[in-house]
Amino acid sequence: MSDAGFWILQLLNALQYSMLLFLLSIGLTVIFGLLHFMNLAHGALYMMGAYIGISVASATGNFWAAFVLAPLAVTAIGAVLYFTLIRRMRHAGPMNQVLVTFGLIFVFLDLVRLGWGDIALGLDAPAALQGTTKFLSVSYPTYRFFIIGLGLVVMATLMTIVSRTQIGAMIRASVENGDMAAAMGINVGRLFFAVFCVGCALAGLAGVVAAPVFSASTGMGISILIPTLIVVVIGGLGSLQGAVVGSLIVGSIETIGAAVLPGAASILIYILLAVILVVRPAGLIPARA
Amino acid sequence: MQNWISRIAVAAVLSAAGASVALAETTVGLLLPKSGVFAALGAEIDDGFMFALEEAGRVDEFTIVREDTEVKPPVGLAKARKLVLQDKVDTIVGVVSSGVLGAMRDFVHQAKVPLIVANAGNDHATGESCSPYIVRVSFSNSQINRPMGQWMYDQGVRKIYTLAPDYAAGHQMIEAFTGSFTAAGGEIVGGEYTPFGQTNDFGPYLTNARATNPDGIFVFYAGGEAIRFVKQYGSFDIKADVPLYGSGFLTSPLYVGAEGDAAVGVKASLHYVPTLDTPENNAFVAAFKARFDRMPSEYAVQGYDSARLLLGAIDAGATDRASIAAALPKVAYTGPRGPLEIDPATNNVVQNIYVYDTVKDGEGLTQKVVGQIAGVRDDVNGCKL
Repeated sequence: MSDAGFWILQLLNALQYSMLLFLLSIGLTVIFGLLHFMNLAHGALYMMGAYIGISVASATGNFWAAFVLAPLAVTAIGAVLYFTLIRRMRHAGPMNQVLVTFGLIFVFLDLVRLGWGDIALGLDAPAALQGTTKFLSVSYPTYRFFIIGLGLVVMATLMTIVSRTQIGAMIRASVENGDMAAAMGINVGRLFFAVFCVGCALAGLAGVVAAPVFSASTGMGISILIPTLIVVVIGGLGSLQGAVVGSLIVGSIETIGAAVLPGAASILIYILLAVILVVRPAGLIPARA
Repeated sequence: MQNWISRIAVAAVLSAAGASVALAETTVGLLLPKSGVFAALGAEIDDGFMFALEEAGRVDEFTIVREDTEVKPPVGLAKARKLVLQDKVDTIVGVVSSGVLGAMRDFVHQAKVPLIVANAGNDHATGESCSPYIVRVSFSNSQINRPMGQWMYDQGVRKIYTLAPDYAAGHQMIEAFTGSFTAAGGEIVGGEYTPFGQTNDFGPYLTNARATNPDGIFVFYAGGEAIRFVKQYGSFDIKADVPLYGSGFLTSPLYVGAEGDAAVGVKASLHYVPTLDTPENNAFVAAFKARFDRMPSEYAVQGYDSARLLLGAIDAGATDRASIAAALPKVAYTGPRGPLEIDPATNNVVQNIYVYDTVKDGEGLTQKVVGQIAGVRDDVNGCKL
């Protein structure tokens, strides 16, 4: 393998991981930006996406059914949480929110243990995406290309909606100043709920899409939460562009770090986090100007 | 009618009398994880242990007290104290995590309570921190991996890249392998320890491994990490030209279903494989399947042999803590794993290590034994009993 091939492969690895982080962090960051709600149960929703996806795929024998149904099911779970807990907790302050949603992680963890057992599960990539594809002289797993492509599509769609549509303008206005937006006639409550649902759907999507690569285990919700929170903090809470930039930075540092400086890979990202918190406490691209 | 009732009454009285004679002569504390990452392994060991008692028809002789270690060393120690001081158990069986074993080692040693280790593989437990009260019937980390170095060299493998999670077991497993592989004449061309429990994407490591052009990759991963690693290995082109070897936990029958075709062709070493073709194992597998409707894993066998060891000690006349501790290391028999004895120098098990290949069997996957290293015994490693 040539040197160039090595670096192309590692860059693709970085891009693939970044896209998964993006799918997860975008929901978390927008929910925070809009609702001022720190939803740590986001990691649990990601886990539910993976497990529900595996069940749907094994029941129907079709990955694409899981690809569609798992995010919808996770959205339904999110909606139940919204009406039972999250709406009530909106003004309870960040410490209470963190405690309640962190508790939810363990509730979901035990629900998964009861429903699916303790042994980790795998999911096969759809037949059309198995094997490898040639790209610039290297061959790379086709399914990983699919993840990169999916991430780019979601990224472009969200960017367009937020910057070019009326709904996007309403979201931006509500993030900037919720009271003023409400005074201008925007139904902020309904907007919040819609955005919350989209965030949950993306967490579920990330879960089902990640399952063929990362497999599904009861610890997955907690283990992915840390890099996701780092993405959100680095990028800037509530900021779409921040989530894009943050996930690319975290994905690249984790991957290239693992490739070049494996001994230090796990601390590099925390060093970066500390530096960002000192130099730019609001993140690289803050949501509010 | 009268006759019928009196016959039942007599039978009931007789069986009650019989039971009271045999009832609960020995109290066993089963100390296993019921929550946390190793809960599935704890359940397997528990099933195996109870299965051995049922098979012998001697469940009534034992009072079983179950406690959950939660895979946390301080919790494991507290539960061990509770079993010894409050429940007054005659022996403790279990312990999946080496961390938990390390935390409770001094306590059981000083309290002089026999502990039958049914999983935790840390070399030190039967090495420098061995104890006359700690008998390990499962395996030691180096016992499973050491034979693989010579075996792979004999297969013509010369250059190896290694990967394992960055914690004590990962280091011990890899160091045991590299020690014997380089002693045989092989070369380690590179290797990494990946952050334990935090590594989702093995892509960067697989790409690094490929860049060193090895004859093969030798790894230790278990549980969710094993599934993730094998599936990702299978998705890259690397599977076509760099074969994967490892500790047998990598493609354990417990996980191989989730790994799917990616596991085919992976060669790994372990102390038990359910497809082992011996009369003892065939009978064991058939009976276990009839009882639980699944194949026994290596963990189930460890639980089973823990009970066999305890039954053997009691049959030799042991009745209390001191006599059980003295009798345990003298028990030897041929079981599902093959000949099994306890090394009097270390209290670690002496057993065969099997090299197996994962092969397709119709729709599913099965294990094909391709090598056997008989009677693997650990060095004393500073143990003074």
